Amino acid sequence: MTNKTVLHAKHLASGAKMVDFHGWEMPINYGSQIEEHHAVRQNAGMFDVSHMTIVDVQGKDAKAFLRRLVINDVAKLTVAGKALYTGMLNEAGGVIDDLIIYYFSETNYRLVVNSATREKDLAWMNKQSTGFDITITERPEFGMIAVQGPQAKAKVANLLTPAQIVAVEGMKPFFGVQVGDLFIATTGYTGEEGYEIIVPDNAAEDFWQKLLDVGVAPCGLGARDTLRLEAGMNLYGLDMDETVSPLAANMAWTISWEPTDRNFIGREVLTTQKTAGDQLKLVGLVLTEKGVLRTGQKVISEFGEGTITSGTFSPTLGHSVALARVPRSVKVGDTVDVEMRKKLVKVQVTKPSFVRNGAQVF
Amino acid sequence: MSNIPSELKYATSHEWVRNEGDGTVTVGITEHAQDLLGDMVFVELPDVGDEVSTGDDICVAESVKAASDIYAPVSGKVVAVNEDLEDSPELLNSDAFGDGWLFKVKMDDAGELENLLDAQGYKDSIDE
Repeated sequence: MTNKTVLHAKHLASGAKMVDFHGWEMPINYGSQIEEHHAVRQNAGMFDVSHMTIVDVQGKDAKAFLRRLVINDVAKLTVAGKALYTGMLNEAGGVIDDLIIYYFSETNYRLVVNSATREKDLAWMNKQSTGFDITITERPEFGMIAVQGPQAKAKVANLLTPAQIVAVEGMKPFFGVQVGDLFIATTGYTGEEGYEIIVPDNAAEDFWQKLLDVGVAPCGLGARDTLRLEAGMNLYGLDMDETVSPLAANMAWTISWEPTDRNFIGREVLTTQKTAGDQLKLVGLVLTEKGVLRTGQKVISEFGEGTITSGTFSPTLGHSVALARVPRSVKVGDTVDVEMRKKLVKVQVTKPSFVRNGAQVF
Repeated sequence: MSNIPSELKYATSHEWVRNEGDGTVTVGITEHAQDLLGDMVFVELPDVGDEVSTGDDICVAESVKAASDIYAPVSGKVVAVNEDLEDSPELLNSDAFGDGWLFKVKMDDAGELENLLDAQGYKDSIDE
């Protein structure tokens, strides 16, 4: 059965081309994914991300449970509303999912996980919760809208109550606040400023329409993918999965090694991998001539072979960029070959980040 | 349903062919094909003077989504290519049957046109 978000009818009304996305019927574009991409980089665009899974973890042991469950340390979160990005590993050190955790108090956290991994994530969390005094509650009764771009915050301000405006004023990146009906967070998946807003199902359509009315462009999954890839943000299932260590997926920065006595799931394996230095690493690739780097293409370097995990045409840069997993000895600035459509092309190795706030960053 | 002009001939691989009446044909991809591919970002055209045979992959249309081979619908010699596509590949999206044309071929054998589909035949092929 195909799931539909609460905004499904709004997408059809805006002329969306709908596709199946892991069991959800979602807009891929509303005409031109490149125009939608530019709207986010230059002005403001919005995405229906209601398919994503919201999970509240509450109770006496919520903090202790999450310190065990994920590789970052929620003990770092001490200011209400502060969020962190991290990964949830299996015992073998593979990434079950990446997620954002919002802190409200040491007994109250909100997790946002991927929709494609919803069932296994919930099953894993429930399994790991044995012995912890917590409740794990999915919150399907909300829609979620990401409004992103240099004008996103100004446009959203038109829709907010005075109390909400005060609450979000000067809010730093990676914070979330519940005011009235809305949970407003300074997070995103585009490399631009903006909000991700959780809105009750019954208010979602109206909120979406008001955003349309103030000139926010509806954007589909196509633009979402080119934007996140330009920003060097991982997509679960492509750039990492259960067979991939976070060390091989540019997620080392989301691991909290200190304190050393925090026994998070996968710690032992990661420690061994780190000491051995044997994991591949995720880098950026840039192709300035014609052609588009694609997922699965082989990378050939003097240190051995690698694979493109995500590749696309970058509308902002006007040429192709990719994320690739390559031998650790490959360095930023190197030139490597990619096997593309029966021929080898030379590409530049960069840090895995290409565009932030509208500008090239490599 | 996308537009399928009745005066053109079609290949099942989504090329359209317009008989110019002077022994040459103009070739492009259909509106249906561009819709499947999405926003076009590069077009790799054949060279003028290339001798091509029916079914050869002689051109690549690369969209944000995928790279797609385009096949010669007839045998002959390439006599023109649409150089505007170098800078404006989006013409394939905005005007697939007009400004988004790809190349022109001087046919070895005009009888080959009979092997191509008419508009109804093409419509049936994409409805299947």
